[in-house]
Amino acid sequence: MAATARAAASVAVATPVPESSAEIVAFRPPVRPAMERALEVARHVASVVLPPLIVLSITLFVWQLLCSEPGARLPPPTKVVSDAWDFIANPFYDNGGVDKGAFWQISQSLGRVAIGFTLAAVVGIALGVLVGQSTWAMRGLDPIFQVLRTVPPLAWLPLSLAGFRHADPSALFVIFITSIWPIIINTSVGVRNIPQDYRNVAAVIRLSWWEVFYKITLPATVPYIFTGLRIGVGLSWLAIVAAEMLIGGVGIGFFIWDAWNSSRISDIIVALVYIGIVGFLLDKLIAVVGHFVSHGVSAQ
Amino acid sequence: MTTQPYLKFEQIGMSFRRGQMASEVLRDVNLRIERGEFVSLIGHSGCGKSTLLNILGGLLKSTNGEVFLEGKVVDDPGPDRAIVFQNHSLLPWLTVYGNIAIAVDKVFGSSKNKAERHDWVMHNLELVQMAQAKDKRPHEVSGGMKQRVGIARALAMQPKVLLMDEPFGALDALTRAHLQDSVMEIHARLGNTVMMITHDVDEAVLLSDRVVMMTNGPAATIGEILPIDLARPRRRLELATDPEYARCRAAVLEFLYARHRVPARAAA
Ligand SMILES: Nc1ncnc2c1ncn2[C@@H]1O[C@H](COP(=O)(O)OP(=O)(O)O)[C@@H](O)[C@H]1O
Ligand SMILES: [Mg+2]
Repeated sequence: MAATARAAASVAVATPVPESSAEIVAFRPPVRPAMERALEVARHVASVVLPPLIVLSITLFVWQLLCSEPGARLPPPTKVVSDAWDFIANPFYDNGGVDKGAFWQISQSLGRVAIGFTLAAVVGIALGVLVGQSTWAMRGLDPIFQVLRTVPPLAWLPLSLAGFRHADPSALFVIFITSIWPIIINTSVGVRNIPQDYRNVAAVIRLSWWEVFYKITLPATVPYIFTGLRIGVGLSWLAIVAAEMLIGGVGIGFFIWDAWNSSRISDIIVALVYIGIVGFLLDKLIAVVGHFVSHGVSAQ
Repeated sequence: MTTQPYLKFEQIGMSFRRGQMASEVLRDVNLRIERGEFVSLIGHSGCGKSTLLNILGGLLKSTNGEVFLEGKVVDDPGPDRAIVFQNHSLLPWLTVYGNIAIAVDKVFGSSKNKAERHDWVMHNLELVQMAQAKDKRPHEVSGGMKQRVGIARALAMQPKVLLMDEPFGALDALTRAHLQDSVMEIHARLGNTVMMITHDVDEAVLLSDRVVMMTNGPAATIGEILPIDLARPRRRLELATDPEYARCRAAVLEFLYARHRVPARAAA
């Protein structure tokens, strides 16, 4: 750790004088590997971090310019931060009712996603494995899945409310039904793509149905399952925010609706940023878990 | 009553049906194999060698005839007929050790305790000289090593017959020679009954007690069986100048390329 820091420091000193002449190069070699490695890391970080930073700065700058005139409909970034400062600085406040900090709003929404999405994952993987076992089921059900998966989350809500008569289970159902399709579809494709070789191995050693499922089918399908889960988690986050706007209560979706009704545009913008970041993190979380669980076995 | 052979193919016929189209791949295949025999099956690509092996393996059901192993009809896959597949077919998410353990745990789950099963896995890895790579995953070892693990997995099941479908087909010549020597050594030590498919004439003659030559399809059958009366242990260098070896080799070549050459499309 300390060594890298020192190396980085020496790079910082060394780099400003690249063309400073040949003699200096002569007594450099012993230090070179560490320095070069540090330089490479620095270059890599720069190439990953710099472009988004630059684009973001330009965007904020243009936004600031466009919205600074007196008649602007939307607040410029500086005003967003100053208006919404209470909301940004105190994520943990709780004044009772729906008047809660960002942390509570987001965790309420995340809690709903966790339940709905977990249900969708369990049921989706099980159905996907079943459907994938049979060509007939695949042919019969695939068109239905393909149609249902395009139904927007909110279109399910009235039906869901009619069925459950309560807001909370309805919201969970909307998440469930929105995110389950890509999970079923990807899992069943994965099961269909299991090489015949693996099935032959299972047959020769006479694995039971259950052993085939958890020793062969699941691990062989993991990369596909996680592709489905990644798409699904993104959809479920879309769904919860939309559903909460309608059903009310604590949650980042209703927070936005509430803010709109009391014309707190800056709060809405901050909430949007939070929603985006959380969605991004959810996606990355599933990707990391998937990578870990599949031991680096990739979909062929 | 004549004594039952260890392994018997009786009037095996096989047709694949695709809709209205039926293609007859095998017809009237009869073969007897004795315990401890090393038999190779040679024939042009597509003649039905894998089909015949898979029928013995229980992965395919013949449309005619039966296979008998120790007098019992073969009708499903099982560890008594372990198969070494051409493309190793190791499970990529398991380590080398895990790939053998999954078979050992299943086959000997009730007859050996945990420690015995572990020892048995290691014993079979040592047999193919792969013990040092036990914690690697398949993609981390070479093609030859993968095939060694495939062989160890099959041997670990203590099969009555070891089936090998072009086990060295995908390997370079040096690795292949190395593995052939290993297989000969193991066969000498354990005395397994082996049925191996190959398209390599030298490999067939070097390893086998008998070479079974198949005619071309459709409706392929056994054209000729050549006994290889070469003393064991066989050493490839000495055999290179052995007249009997040369005669056997010439006989197989003659069968394949003079009497049963594939019409026109042979080039491939
Ligand atoms: N499942 C199958 N369905 C239809 N035809 C098959 C099937 N398996 C093999 N065949 C056909 O049977 C013939 C023999 O195949 P195979 O036994 O794999 O030949 P070999 O192993 O000798 O190269 C080939 O013409 C092949 O196309
Ligand atoms: Mg074949």
